[in-house]
Amino acid sequence: MNGIHDMGGMHGMGPVVAEKNEPVFHAIWESRLFAMRRGAGAWGKWNIDASRYAVERVPPTEHLQASYYARQYIAFAKLMVERGLVAADEMATGHPALGQPKLTPPLTVDKVAAMVSKGSPTNREFKIAPRHREGQAVRTREIHPATHTRLPRYARGRTGTIIRDHGVFVFPDTNCQFLGEKPQHLYSVRFAARELWGEQAEPRDSVYLDLWDDYLDPV
Amino acid sequence: METTRRDFLAGAITVAGAPIAAGASKAGEAGQNGEHAHAHDHDHQDVPSDVALRVMALESLLVEKGLVDKSALDALVDTYEHKIGPRNGARVVARAWNDTSYKQRLLSNADHAIAELGYSGMQGEHMVVVENTPSVHNIVVCTLCSCYPWPVLGLPPVWYKSPPYRSRTVIDPRGVLREFGVVLPEHVEVRVWDSTAEIRYLVLPERPPDTAHLNEQELALLVTRDAMVGVARDLPSRQGDRA
Repeated sequence: MNGIHDMGGMHGMGPVVAEKNEPVFHAIWESRLFAMRRGAGAWGKWNIDASRYAVERVPPTEHLQASYYARQYIAFAKLMVERGLVAADEMATGHPALGQPKLTPPLTVDKVAAMVSKGSPTNREFKIAPRHREGQAVRTREIHPATHTRLPRYARGRTGTIIRDHGVFVFPDTNCQFLGEKPQHLYSVRFAARELWGEQAEPRDSVYLDLWDDYLDPV
Repeated sequence: METTRRDFLAGAITVAGAPIAAGASKAGEAGQNGEHAHAHDHDHQDVPSDVALRVMALESLLVEKGLVDKSALDALVDTYEHKIGPRNGARVVARAWNDTSYKQRLLSNADHAIAELGYSGMQGEHMVVVENTPSVHNIVVCTLCSCYPWPVLGLPPVWYKSPPYRSRTVIDPRGVLREFGVVLPEHVEVRVWDSTAEIRYLVLPERPPDTAHLNEQELALLVTRDAMVGVARDLPSRQGDRA
């Protein structure tokens, strides 16, 4: 979606301000939210793309006003209800609905270390022929899906070169909507900075993006 | 006392759908509010921020429903607060500086090379390491969200997730670098890596001069998080020095 989250190349956001000796979390609620999202995620009711799509659907004014974790909270609460882990009434009252048996959480303390060290790989072992190859010139498609995509606006309709085939990966544009993983080749694609930004960019500089076959056409 | 607190939190969550005010979330982020809402049940002076209350109320609900296990959440927080951070990445970099064949493995198959040191997993399932040289500088960003290589760097700092960094790094990397105190000569090529998929990037900085006598542990102490993201370039030759 052409949302506020797609920030590459925007102006007016101000200088980058780095905090000295920054803590991992700035408040306890941030750490609890961080952990809850993983704990609830272990139910397998959504995937990382659906989770990102939920953040992208936070309305733009809220998206910019909220801190990172406040934004995550809005998206997480919405996702929990949408995917049926929490009923809207329960979210509103803060109490479990009457007569519901208590569930058994899938992520228990003994499973945390394995979850952290294993993660959730998104490569797939399917033998799928790549549509493009290393060294080839490609043009990104001029697409504007209203749903989640990982092809940023600043890189649409631009010509680049494939520098590396990462292998077969889950395709976010379908996975985010639970329409299937549609596994396909993912590539590292190099774009000259001037191809993206014109003459104002330094002639030697470049930007690399990881892009799927469905975003690319041969030149 | 428990009843009072429960009612308070339940009241807070009735507005779960309402927008969260910028002031409230900023206050929470600054760590001034919200801390006590979780830690104690006693009355206190702090006015917890709106979002802090809602998050704590949500945790109570999820625990009561049996959706999450409180001690598992504690373990997750402990892992990212105390066990996983940029010292992991620093060890990887120091090993690469000290061992040519490791460096080759790291640049050709980062997942395996990083796993040799015991690091892997969440938000670092698929790693690529990019090398700085006298003529190349690499810098990593995620313009679409805030992708960052957790197993080697831990969770990202606020600036990495902020609109200024995400918007400007792809269009004006040299300007962003100047704000971090890095002035790149024109002849140095800048490569910006926008983390648009599940590949996570780690920058391998150049080894500082005059460090041939240092062992791997000493070398690791010279490596900074910022250098591994690519917002710093020249590392000091001695710990504590500024490059």
